[in-house]
Amino acid sequence: LRSLGVFIRQAGTLLFICMILILLHGSRGEIPSKPIAATILPSVKPDGGVQAYPEDQKNNLPMFTMNYPRIQIPFEITLWVLLASFAKIGFHVYHKITIWVPESCLLISIGLIVGAIMHSVHEEPPAVLTSNVFFLYMLPLIVLDFVAVFMQVLWFAVVGTLWNSIGIGISLFAICQIPAFGVQDINLQENLLFSAIISAVDPVAVLNVFEDVSVNEQLYIVVFGECLFNDAVTVVLYNMFSFVAEMPVVEPVDVFIGVARFFIVGLGGMAFGILFGFVAAFTTRFTSKVREIEPLFVFMYSYLAYLVAELFAISSIMAIITCALTMKYYVEENVSQRSCTTIRHVIKMLASISETLIFFFLGVVTITTDHEWNWGYILFTLLFAFVWRGLGILVLTQIINPFRTIPFNMKDQFGLAYGGLRGAVSFALAFTLPDTIGRKQLFVTATIAVILFTVFLQGISIRPLIEFINVRRTNRNLETINVEIHGRLMEHTIAGIEDLCGQWSRFYWKDKFMKFNNRILRKILIRDSRAESSIVALYKKLELQNAMEILDTASGDISAAPSIVSLYEEKKSSSKPQKKFLAADLKNMHDILSKNMYKIRERTVAYRGKHALPNDNHTREILIRRHVSIRRSLRPGSFQSSYFSLPAGKSLESTFPAARRSYADDHETLSEVAYPSQRSRFGKPARSSSSKAMIPLRRLGTLEEVPSTDVLNEDSSSTEQGVFRTNSSYSDSHVPRPRRLNSSFDNNNGSADDLRNVHEEPSSPPPGWAAEPRDNTARNPLLRRPQWTPKRK
Amino acid sequence: MGSSSSSRNKIPNAQELMDQTGFSSAHLLRLYDRFECLDRDNRGYLSPDDFEAVGGLAMNPIGGRIIDAFFSSGQDTVDFSSFVRILAHFRPTDRNRNKEGTQQELPNSRTRKLKFAFQLYDLDRDGKISREELLQVLRAMLGLQVTEEQLQSIAERAIQEADLDKDDAISFDEFKKSLEKVDIDTKMSIGFLK
Repeated sequence: LRSLGVFIRQAGTLLFICMILILLHGSRGEIPSKPIAATILPSVKPDGGVQAYPEDQKNNLPMFTMNYPRIQIPFEITLWVLLASFAKIGFHVYHKITIWVPESCLLISIGLIVGAIMHSVHEEPPAVLTSNVFFLYMLPLIVLDFVAVFMQVLWFAVVGTLWNSIGIGISLFAICQIPAFGVQDINLQENLLFSAIISAVDPVAVLNVFEDVSVNEQLYIVVFGECLFNDAVTVVLYNMFSFVAEMPVVEPVDVFIGVARFFIVGLGGMAFGILFGFVAAFTTRFTSKVREIEPLFVFMYSYLAYLVAELFAISSIMAIITCALTMKYYVEENVSQRSCTTIRHVIKMLASISETLIFFFLGVVTITTDHEWNWGYILFTLLFAFVWRGLGILVLTQIINPFRTIPFNMKDQFGLAYGGLRGAVSFALAFTLPDTIGRKQLFVTATIAVILFTVFLQGISIRPLIEFINVRRTNRNLETINVEIHGRLMEHTIAGIEDLCGQWSRFYWKDKFMKFNNRILRKILIRDSRAESSIVALYKKLELQNAMEILDTASGDISAAPSIVSLYEEKKSSSKPQKKFLAADLKNMHDILSKNMYKIRERTVAYRGKHALPNDNHTREILIRRHVSIRRSLRPGSFQSSYFSLPAGKSLESTFPAARRSYADDHETLSEVAYPSQRSRFGKPARSSSSKAMIPLRRLGTLEEVPSTDVLNEDSSSTEQGVFRTNSSYSDSHVPRPRRLNSSFDNNNGSADDLRNVHEEPSSPPPGWAAEPRDNTARNPLLRRPQWTPKRK
Repeated sequence: MGSSSSSRNKIPNAQELMDQTGFSSAHLLRLYDRFECLDRDNRGYLSPDDFEAVGGLAMNPIGGRIIDAFFSSGQDTVDFSSFVRILAHFRPTDRNRNKEGTQQELPNSRTRKLKFAFQLYDLDRDGKISREELLQVLRAMLGLQVTEEQLQSIAERAIQEADLDKDDAISFDEFKKSLEKVDIDTKMSIGFLK
């Protein structure tokens, strides 16, 4: 288990470094490849280091050599990344800042400072990375819901960006005609080019801001979607305009070709993305035996999509977006939990780093480049950027509001318009302007000015403004089973009524797509393509969460947890009051636990006879150790929750829900057997057998302590057979096939872990799991559905 | 679409309906057309088989319940005003209207929408959603995807979550409370065409 994590970490790091290197060295138009000349490093290191042993210039074999150029590039990159990350840590030390000032601002400020330092030492800033690419994986979007809004998003992105660029370009051109500003030499094409650059709204900046403010979901989806897609649009426009700007004469034919090209680029990008997404999904269908490299597939395929799109000069950003979306939907069902986690974590890391770096460099570059400042041009640029965006949003919403059930009101529109922060894409594009454009420096300066303005001013002020005008907020934390059930009921109702009224159901397309999806696509692309109701999925997830909250002993293997310290903090801050168990309970639990642990070990031994498990001794060893540590933890009374055991007298196969096979993580198991036990807590003691359970798992916070001992005693002496019926029927729902169970245990690397885990993990699951889903749901308001659907085999 | 004023005369009590439901005359007209379309035998009222003839509704898991909602007052026919009154529940809430307390609560208020949904569960009209009723709905919606035990557990959990007075059933207030954070307006509204 350990080695797996280590391997993945190593692979991930390696991958990351490779990618950075490739990114830097690749000849990509969007990345300005400023030479990494003498950077800040030599000035930081003591000078003595570089000239190691000047006396040793004889022909002897040098004892100690230094070869700096060899490691120069990765070394510098690493240092830069570290530096930016330190800055990021620094912000969160003083938490209050981050509430009011978006992180992007802070990063830019630090960048400015560093830039000032560098400038005074006459150093050059290193190369810039584009970040948005990585951001996509953090998309919390539920794809099918997204599909519904897709058209609107595209509408805003494409038409909106076009509107903005053309509007700004033309008005700037008009300004240029005024001799007072001294910019008459900028012609129309160059103006259009420039305006294409600055009309790109940046998801990074917007995301930071909007998330904190938790605006309503519709708004969030539209803005975020718009940001992503208008990256693509902008780049296309940019390429088009830059091509045009270099041409002496523009003919109508060229314009027409330009438009056609636009569509080819955009749609081609999407097509490629979907293609690669499908291929990836198809591949992962067969990766059940090679779980460790699943994340690799995800990364490689998306990167491949990006590269191939670049090859054909179509929109690589669109390609990667659609690839990511497709993969998220299909691949997520195929890969194991751990792969999912890995992927998510790596991506978050990458996105975080690149986001940090981008803003950081923005600050640096601001100071270190030579600026050409032209009051008139720049001020008007700011003005027009703002005005046109506002107008654009107004007009566009007027047009599409009739198609929306709940139209955007003025406040929403304000949020949309004001939330248009510029950022990384503009920055990168400005830098890659061809030098043939005379006024390049002016453009660069103006771009930086716009970015700084929007990020700082709008970024800081948007939060109080939105609160002030009271934009409809979203409600997080709506994950209750009731909401899900009633929501579904309402959906059906609406669908029915719409049918009755003879209107096109807004679920019509969604329905059609779902049917197609279920009938064809899923069969091909997903290993086990049985659709699972979202109600059931949510139910399982909630049960799991409850079980996890309950089983929060600190002992055991918590390698997946963020860290022990943060875990404790999280527990402290959680609102549920932790119930202390009565001493009698503890003793009872302890007894039951030890009794059953013993049985478990027995069972393991027996099981081993039938199916050859790898690492038997290892397993046994761990079991014993685990048992001991649990005993130890029980004593100080720190044991706050309960445990779990397998009922005796039942064969292993039926009590292992078959679903566990498909992933190395066994929290599904937990839920399977966990909730029967929960039921017993609340149901009246005379309830039917289906809800009676062996072990009293407590539901924290909603329970009065009194019945505890009684139920405990009662339960421990209750017939266990009743539970088995439950258990086996749960397994039935997953249709256990012993044959497959066998093979997967044999071949699956994690099998031994599974076995071990099931037995003792319940008492000490990686609490990181509990931490993570919550963490993610807090961060991403759109994440309504379970991030991981409990897998079918 | 023809002269609306003369067509409106076709509709009995048009003004009264508009006041009570909040539909505009254009909406009302369209609904009337639809009503006539559904009323295949031109009897001036609808009966259950007219509803069932609507394809989508027949396949809807809770189609039967929705149809019953139209016939809730015990009659076996639905005339146009009842038709419209039920449909009025699904109008989007008028956000710009200030709530000084209009005398009659419009059918599309949040409470009324919730009540409609509640009554889809509560077939015996005892004011509570019992476990059995919940199970029936769940069974209808989830169908073949889940086993009986899972359904039981889900229903169990749902009741636990919502049932505050521990009577093992969900009353309307508890129902409302469990959905208090949800934007019912979005979920239970149709953009009626004109």
